[in-house]
Amino acid sequence: MIWVDTILQGILLGGLYALFAAGLSLVFGIMRLVNLAHGDLIVMGAYLILLLVTLLGLSPFLAALIAMPVMFLLGWALQKFLLNRTLGDDILPPLLVTFGLSIALQNALLETFSADSQRLPTDALTTASLQMGPISLGVMPLLTFASAVAVILGLNQLFYRTELGRAFRATSDDPVTAGLMGIKPANIFATATGIALVIVTIAALYLGLRANFDPNIGPARLIYAFEAVIIGGLGSLWGTLAGGIIIGVAQTLGAAINPEWQILSGHIAFLLVLLVRPRGLFPRAHD
Amino acid sequence: MITRRKLLRSTAATGLSLAAGGLAAPAIAQGAKIRLGYVSPQSGPLAAFSEADQFIIDGFLGSDAGGSFEVIVKDSQSNPNRAAEVAGELIIDEEIDLMLVASTPETTNPVATTCEAEGIPVISTVAPWQPWFIGQQGNPGDPGSWRPFDYSFHFFWGLEDVISTFTAMWNQLETNKQVGGLFPNDGDGNAWGDPNVGFPKPLDAQGYGLTDPGRYQNLTDDFSAQINAFKAANCEIVTAVPIPPDFTTFWTQAKQQGFTPKAASIGKAILFSQAVEALGDQGHNLSSEVWWSPRHPFASSLTGQSAGDLAAGYTAATGRQWTQPIGFVHALFEMAADVMGRVEDSRDPDEVAAAIAATQLQSIVGRLAFDGAGLPPFAATNIAKTPLVGGQWRLKNGGGYDLVIVDNSDHSDIPTGGTMEEIS
Repeated sequence: MIWVDTILQGILLGGLYALFAAGLSLVFGIMRLVNLAHGDLIVMGAYLILLLVTLLGLSPFLAALIAMPVMFLLGWALQKFLLNRTLGDDILPPLLVTFGLSIALQNALLETFSADSQRLPTDALTTASLQMGPISLGVMPLLTFASAVAVILGLNQLFYRTELGRAFRATSDDPVTAGLMGIKPANIFATATGIALVIVTIAALYLGLRANFDPNIGPARLIYAFEAVIIGGLGSLWGTLAGGIIIGVAQTLGAAINPEWQILSGHIAFLLVLLVRPRGLFPRAHD
Repeated sequence: MITRRKLLRSTAATGLSLAAGGLAAPAIAQGAKIRLGYVSPQSGPLAAFSEADQFIIDGFLGSDAGGSFEVIVKDSQSNPNRAAEVAGELIIDEEIDLMLVASTPETTNPVATTCEAEGIPVISTVAPWQPWFIGQQGNPGDPGSWRPFDYSFHFFWGLEDVISTFTAMWNQLETNKQVGGLFPNDGDGNAWGDPNVGFPKPLDAQGYGLTDPGRYQNLTDDFSAQINAFKAANCEIVTAVPIPPDFTTFWTQAKQQGFTPKAASIGKAILFSQAVEALGDQGHNLSSEVWWSPRHPFASSLTGQSAGDLAAGYTAATGRQWTQPIGFVHALFEMAADVMGRVEDSRDPDEVAAAIAATQLQSIVGRLAFDGAGLPPFAATNIAKTPLVGGQWRLKNGGGYDLVIVDNSDHSDIPTGGTMEEIS
């Protein structure tokens, strides 16, 4: 029974990783921009939610709802006024700029909020669990997983059912031709980053409810998100979810053998997938 | 009678020792200030340790003795490489007379090693003495090769004190004596879980069983494996030395998966009240090691303030709850003033080092003396041990937590505020 429990916990953990990765996957898929500040943006989102919770006395879920449009505007402006200027044939400038942004964000957060570790206020929900026979599953991890699925479902609807989604896919495939058809890639990119930051806000909510965060914790959250995106394949959102689950299950299975193997087995799973499918499990674009 | 403080004041004011010969005490005699270098992690993941630094340094410079000193502060950014680099800057560019360093082996060790190599005396604190002393040895695995240091001195407690404090707290409760150990793969975790110097031997000797599933990496997101192992072994006690986010993850998951031990004695993660508050109301009755509290019956040799006054002063100045490093960082500057009051030439590293070794100081963290009390012979010259007791975090009415001392079996002069309670 312990094995079933281990795998279930791993799948739920995968939901968290997928949630961290979804925004990254979106930005990466559309504009090939590797946003090294993604983890720090999640932490910033968590602080924004915390600020709303403490100032207005809201529940974290409501606060996240209010934070979403704020984060959208922030993402839009970030892309429009900063990151768009770095995009070009050379892949190095966006990397360097987001790397710098990551350091600047960490220090700005440290100056503003101090190094104290923080957590979104929790209630009985945090430790609540559903008993399924001998296995008990936390309500919060279940919610996290459900949110990850909902986010990816929503993004897929957006991608394949709306005009904006068509513009996203067109720009992703060929920005020049898309431009000839009357799409302004710069604006599409800005909207995409805005949406990515809305997803970041959802990830921030669960990050903050699950455990402590402090200004420096962002980069550590980035690596699994990256691996999930790469395992899933470029531009495939369901692939990102699958990638997250693969890493999550690999980690819990590894830990069940010996906790020393926990993180390592996640990375090994990542390498194995790359060995067998170098372009990831479900690559959308062929480039 | 010439006291240390009087000597400091009079030499600085009158240039007494210049008149006395002109060959001794040039720094003080010429009215030049004694230069202290201070390295601590003011930013980065360890920054909570250094929150009170500015308050302490301001207090020191404002004290009677503080007027003879200049303190040059550097930030290690919680990075060992950076710590060594700023230590070098302090020694070479700032030409300091004495180095002070605090908080975690990641900060104290690189700084102490640099000072030892450069021949600059250093006083260090806030790191258990084993990782400090053994961690700086050329071959930590071979006790035969361990050598004492010439210029490096350290005051704090050691692993043996944590073990004895934790077991004394558990002995207050009715349990099945089954302990689950959650040890990370870092300096602390490896030491705690080490079969020779860590928990396994003393626990075995006292009739406790230890379930240690193995070392995990810091910032792990899932602890189901450990929780399952503890459940399977029917553990009623948990001990751990995680970083704060990992403990929150573990404790939350443990509750979700229906595992509630009677006692959870946690090192490192719940030192600071903010970290306990992050657990919501799930932090009630978690226990931890207590190295310093406002209720410790000690007073500062610099200002005469009691431990309670110092903590209250910090809260009044910053609006924040006291933290344990306050007392130790203050004691570091007490040591500096005391040592420099006993030397003639502050620029002479050998004389300063000899003065540090001869310290007999009643400080705000207790008596500081490098007399080898409670230490194995190899560590006796460089380390002074300070008292350690056990405490439990209790929810206050109206939010927040209070740290209540519940066990003082090793140091009965430190008063307890209650007895050990079971986690419910």
